Amino acid sequence: MTGAATIAPPRGRPPGAAWGSGGTARAVAPIVLGVSVVAVWQLIAGSGLVEAYLLPSPAAIGAEIVEFWPSMVSAGAITGLNALVGLVAGTLIGIIAALVASTRRSLDGMLAPIVAALAVIPIVALAPVLNTMFGADSQTGRQLIAALAAFVPVFLNTARGLRQTQPVHRDLMRSYAASNAQIMRTITLRTAAPFTFTGIRLASSLAVISALVAEYFGGPRGGLGGLISTSAASSAYPRAWAYVVAAIILGLAFSLVASGLERLVSRRR
Amino acid sequence: MTESVITTDAVTVTAVDKVFEAAAGQVVALSGIDLTVEPGEFVSLIGPSGCGKSTLLRLIADLDTPSSGSVEVFGTSAHQARVDQKYGIAFQQAGLLPWRSVAANIALPLELHGSSSVETRERVAELIALVGLDDFGDRYPDELSGGMQQRVAIARALAKKPELLLMDEPFGALDEMTREYMQTELLRISAETGAAVVFVTHSIPEAVYLSDRVVVMSPRPGRIAAVVPMALGSTASRADDLREDGAFFEMITAVREALHGGAPASSARGVENR
Repeated sequence: MTGAATIAPPRGRPPGAAWGSGGTARAVAPIVLGVSVVAVWQLIAGSGLVEAYLLPSPAAIGAEIVEFWPSMVSAGAITGLNALVGLVAGTLIGIIAALVASTRRSLDGMLAPIVAALAVIPIVALAPVLNTMFGADSQTGRQLIAALAAFVPVFLNTARGLRQTQPVHRDLMRSYAASNAQIMRTITLRTAAPFTFTGIRLASSLAVISALVAEYFGGPRGGLGGLISTSAASSAYPRAWAYVVAAIILGLAFSLVASGLERLVSRRR
Repeated sequence: MTESVITTDAVTVTAVDKVFEAAAGQVVALSGIDLTVEPGEFVSLIGPSGCGKSTLLRLIADLDTPSSGSVEVFGTSAHQARVDQKYGIAFQQAGLLPWRSVAANIALPLELHGSSSVETRERVAELIALVGLDDFGDRYPDELSGGMQQRVAIARALAKKPELLLMDEPFGALDEMTREYMQTELLRISAETGAAVVFVTHSIPEAVYLSDRVVVMSPRPGRIAAVVPMALGSTASRADDLREDGAFFEMITAVREALHGGAPASSARGVENR
């Protein structure tokens, strides 16, 4: 699990600053850095200083990507679908739970510790249990794990967003004798939306990582996580790295879409 | 609002007390308040910080309820008046919804009370013209200056054609020049709409310039110390040259002395003398 779990998050997160208003220098800088790192990597790997099984060269990984392209696409689709199902389910449950928690302080007090507990459940421990529970040929366990990982940031951010309504807006809506449903629709939900989408952005990377990691612990092979572990187990290290690259791309795709949505919603707040 | 010829007062406050329960005990915000505002009349509430002038406005708006006594608006309870949308309100913060355009902000109260989209569009166009924001209907609040945002807030307050406008230091956050300009605009708008206005301020010249009567309040507990009628001609006829008129300065002096309980004015804390 360490491979995917530790490599995916830093790369999977959107490079926040690079993405703001910035001009070409900001966009070019990370590309230059990335190309330089790959070039140095190629030099070191090609020089024979490091054993090829420890650190395959980018060229070798590239060759594997070309050779196993169809398998990478189908594996990416499987993992991506698991992550997406989990992300959507976790997001919906997170929003609903936050809405419930916002209605009564006592409910908030009941939910908060449970969410804190959910946030620290180790995926490593949960994955085999769920795989056993749902059977060896089911993706449900992985989707549940992705949903669990996505739920926490969406819940926490939405709950916070629902408390951000400005007093002047509340006074205004009261002066209009607006109904609770009108207040919810016009002010509360709209104020919370940017917070929810920040939660979804955080959740998007987590859902991909969790789906990948869950594939390490039994259940059907075929996903990126499964293929990384299978390749590594059969000493096909360049191929394992090629699947890692695919996992990074998948994670980035999720984050980019989620960041785009977040920016769209946060434009005027 | 078309059906009734108004014979009742716009606002009648009778023997109102307001006590807030605080951690340190009870705080008497208002004590023994009696106040009447006639239809079409412009009344300012002035006093140092903590005199309860904003609290009194909130009671009239039914955003808070009095601990004792009664508040009537156009002959009904303040609560009923709020439900019936008898008043429009503007606060020190414009309180616009940042995700709505200027036009959509002004339309908010109309939408909430089920006006048809055609009616709403026509009314919003009228209001935008009334507050002088003609090319700005599609702009968003963060693209507007503080003064322009306040105009949107005033247009929104007027959307339902209320005959009472409640304003809580609406120009308090504006610079002096914008503020004077907005005061003259407000006089024009109140003359065009004929609405009564209850206006909270802590600027003496602002109160004098705008009002038919200035209600001077004193703190701890909040009471009405004096009611000073402004002998300056009808509010509709006032213009910027009044600010340099001798009568204007006499009224300023009268209000200032009332604020200091008749003693020669030194400096009242929390009251702006500009």
